[in-house]
Amino acid sequence: MTRPGLVLEVDDRTPPLVVHEGLGFRLEDFPLGTRVIYPPESLPAIRDVEAAIRDALLHPVDSDPLPERLFAGMRLTIAFDDVSLPLPSMRRPDIRQRVIEQVLTMAAEAGVDDVEIIAANALHRRMTPAELEHIVGERVFRSFHPQGRLYNFDAEDRDALAHLGTTELGEDIEISKRAAESDLLVYVNVNLVAMDGGHKSVGIGLASYKSLRHHHNAHTMVASRSFMDHERSAMHHSAWRIGRVIKDTVNVFQVETTLNNDVFPAPYEFLMKREWEWSVRDQASMLAVRRGLALAPQKLRHKLFHDLRAPYGLTGIAAGEVEAVHERTLERVHRQQKVEVQGASDVLVLGVPYLGPYNVNSSMNPILATCMGLGYYFNSYLNHPLVRRGGAVILYHPLDEGFNQLHHPSYVDFYEEVLAETTDPAVIGATYERQFAEDPWYRHLYRTSHAYHGVHPFYMWYWAAHAMDHVGDVIWVGGDRRVAARLGFRAASTLADALEMASGSVGTSPSITYLHNPPHLLADVRV
Amino acid sequence: MILALEMFRSLPRTVAGRAVGARVPGLLSGFAAPLRLVTLDAPVVQRPGWARLRTRLSGICGSDLGMLSGRTSLYFSAVVSLPFVPGHEVVADLVEDCEDLPAGTRVVVDPVLTCAARGIEPCADCARGATNRCSRITVGDVSAGLQTGFCHDTGGGWGQQLTAHRSQLHPVPGGLTDEQALLVEPVACAVHTALRAGVSAGDRVLVSGAGAVGLFATLALRRLTPAAEIVVVAKHQHQRDLALALGASDVVAPGEALRRVRRSTGAFQLRPELSSPYLLGGVDVAVDAVGSRRSLETALHATRAGGRVVLSGMPAAADLSAAWFRELDVVGSYASAQTEPGGRSAFDLALDLVGDPALAAVAAGVAAYPLHRWREALDHAHSTGRLGTVKVAFDPRRTQ
Repeated sequence: MTRPGLVLEVDDRTPPLVVHEGLGFRLEDFPLGTRVIYPPESLPAIRDVEAAIRDALLHPVDSDPLPERLFAGMRLTIAFDDVSLPLPSMRRPDIRQRVIEQVLTMAAEAGVDDVEIIAANALHRRMTPAELEHIVGERVFRSFHPQGRLYNFDAEDRDALAHLGTTELGEDIEISKRAAESDLLVYVNVNLVAMDGGHKSVGIGLASYKSLRHHHNAHTMVASRSFMDHERSAMHHSAWRIGRVIKDTVNVFQVETTLNNDVFPAPYEFLMKREWEWSVRDQASMLAVRRGLALAPQKLRHKLFHDLRAPYGLTGIAAGEVEAVHERTLERVHRQQKVEVQGASDVLVLGVPYLGPYNVNSSMNPILATCMGLGYYFNSYLNHPLVRRGGAVILYHPLDEGFNQLHHPSYVDFYEEVLAETTDPAVIGATYERQFAEDPWYRHLYRTSHAYHGVHPFYMWYWAAHAMDHVGDVIWVGGDRRVAARLGFRAASTLADALEMASGSVGTSPSITYLHNPPHLLADVRV
Repeated sequence: MILALEMFRSLPRTVAGRAVGARVPGLLSGFAAPLRLVTLDAPVVQRPGWARLRTRLSGICGSDLGMLSGRTSLYFSAVVSLPFVPGHEVVADLVEDCEDLPAGTRVVVDPVLTCAARGIEPCADCARGATNRCSRITVGDVSAGLQTGFCHDTGGGWGQQLTAHRSQLHPVPGGLTDEQALLVEPVACAVHTALRAGVSAGDRVLVSGAGAVGLFATLALRRLTPAAEIVVVAKHQHQRDLALALGASDVVAPGEALRRVRRSTGAFQLRPELSSPYLLGGVDVAVDAVGSRRSLETALHATRAGGRVVLSGMPAAADLSAAWFRELDVVGSYASAQTEPGGRSAFDLALDLVGDPALAAVAAGVAAYPLHRWREALDHAHSTGRLGTVKVAFDPRRTQ
């Protein structure tokens, strides 16, 4: 059932609502009758985190307790979700650090001394030592990193990959050789949204392009309903097929953790509250932050936002067999994020914030903004999209934050060359993907610098494929017109202009839904 | 007496040209160039094989503009004879019989003043048909001058009449318009450039620049060489369209050239400190069809080790580190030869090429000015890219 107070209709008394737009936010007056979907309130956090972790490891689901699976002389590999999770990064200590420390303690007690710790970054950029240390903690970092036993996964190191065969549909399964050949692989996950975890952890996080290309493509993305529903997501179907083969070959012990909605620390807590419930102090904070952001230069605003560390609380942890663990995880994620919504609307409004999974400590370029809006937020639904087929999506983002040459070199070429020719994800994939994926320079930068893999911008564009296929209009409020045009979209100065522009497809009195995030929410849309 | 534009010796104007010519070329050539409209005796060379011509059209070439705006190296001061009437891209009618050609024949002029034209024994290069490499361009029957249009005695196309030697003349087939014939000389240079490029089957070629030189080189490379991929660097939309029509595989903007080459060739891009980026790897052959420092460095920086860079535009000073470090073959391409690889002359090959439909479109867009509107013509020629023109010319027959 709908959680009370989470879906609101704008009326005369509704104050302007916060809409995120890159390195800032605006207060927007929405038309009367606009449906606003707020994230559910944050669930209470587990007080004794250490005890919860220990309990999960000692009482796993459909598995022997972890200590019983550890023995002297064994090869133990611990893999963990990379810097793309959670968003924003968690305040120290990161939950992965706490889990890894307990796993290592148990391993030491069992006399295990062949341990390697791998960041499951797949085709994401290599994390810096500081970023690794933030996740695993100072002690683990100091004990493993200097010896080369804590490292980023390298999907282009052919000697370090193992081909485990193919699925019944011919999908290649190629993952980290160390992980595949270990006596036990412990995967430490952070489930921020329903898309994470399950067979996506090992099957994607430790996989190479050869394996990923089978589900990271436009066809699969368009066929997914949605990415947050693994039972209706073609991408997850593929990951599950792959995961089940891995399960038969590799001894996996999955640890999944879920977080509450405590995303913004002081003085930004007001962003997690409903505007009509803001106290005087909240309003003063909002004014101070807005004034400060307006005066701050771009670099300072970037620093202010990217230095944020979220005070997340742990809502649950489960360990053991992958699928059984994931079921429990999804139940907790749904409890925190799911909001029941009746019916789709003509227009969906989304604010794209400063941060997505692929610009941590980096910039949100226009391709990533598209991925964040049309990939992640559009797909934040169960059953049916929040906007009807042929409707309009209105997004807020300046689309001008530039490309980070260190992290996103292939994005620049993708934007300048590929999008100049076509924006059709299927055509782009068929025509250009292979060339970017196999480009030796991108490979070099991925392996030795901190660049996302050459094919990564394609994946970002594919994320948006389902939305692009579903809606008739995509309009960016406040977006650079030239950039929007390059992306195949349109730009408007105001919401009123955007609605006017969309009136050709949705009429002059459309029904409007505003998805009020972050924090994250999952709209369970009933038609 | 004839009306002609004459380039004369002027130290103040030359100094001014060298000081500001590169920055404000239009202003300089329009108001401060060492050029004047004068009335002269028609040029005559009283030697066998020479005849007078009446100019129909004469193009304004990049080298003419460089000379007028003071950007040309003083290296060339020894091989010209001031004052002279510029204009070496010439379509003209014979005023009198010239050996086997009767008066009234419409001809185009190969401007190089070779041993044959100078009435002396052929030097080694002329003897084997490499007439553009003639070693005796300062002696013989006429004054020093590397070409018609840079020689005091012969006159040039920017006058109502000039004189030329039979060895320079190529009759124009009846099917060609004057504008198409005007393109024969620059296309012949492009033919020579394409053949100097030493392109092998499957080679990737970069043409840096899409002015007349770059566009015609693109056509010649596509028609006369087995190049697999020809990427043209073009600034303006009409140049992009023309480059594609003339045979380019791909067209890129100047700022994107290196990145596009890097991706299409799988090269590595490096970014040196306080300098422009360059590639390790790249195209097999690059043609600098502009002559600016930026264009030349683009060509040098985008060519693979052991590749070839062809200087088609008159080159500016540039950082040649890549030529040394990458062991590049840097070759010049000057004018055209009477015997190109394959045995035919560049002009014969060019006469075959100017019938190309895409070139016909270029010819149809030739902007022709009467001599007295020379300031306007030069300004137009300085801005051809921006104004959508490929070739600007003088028509000395016109009064309006």
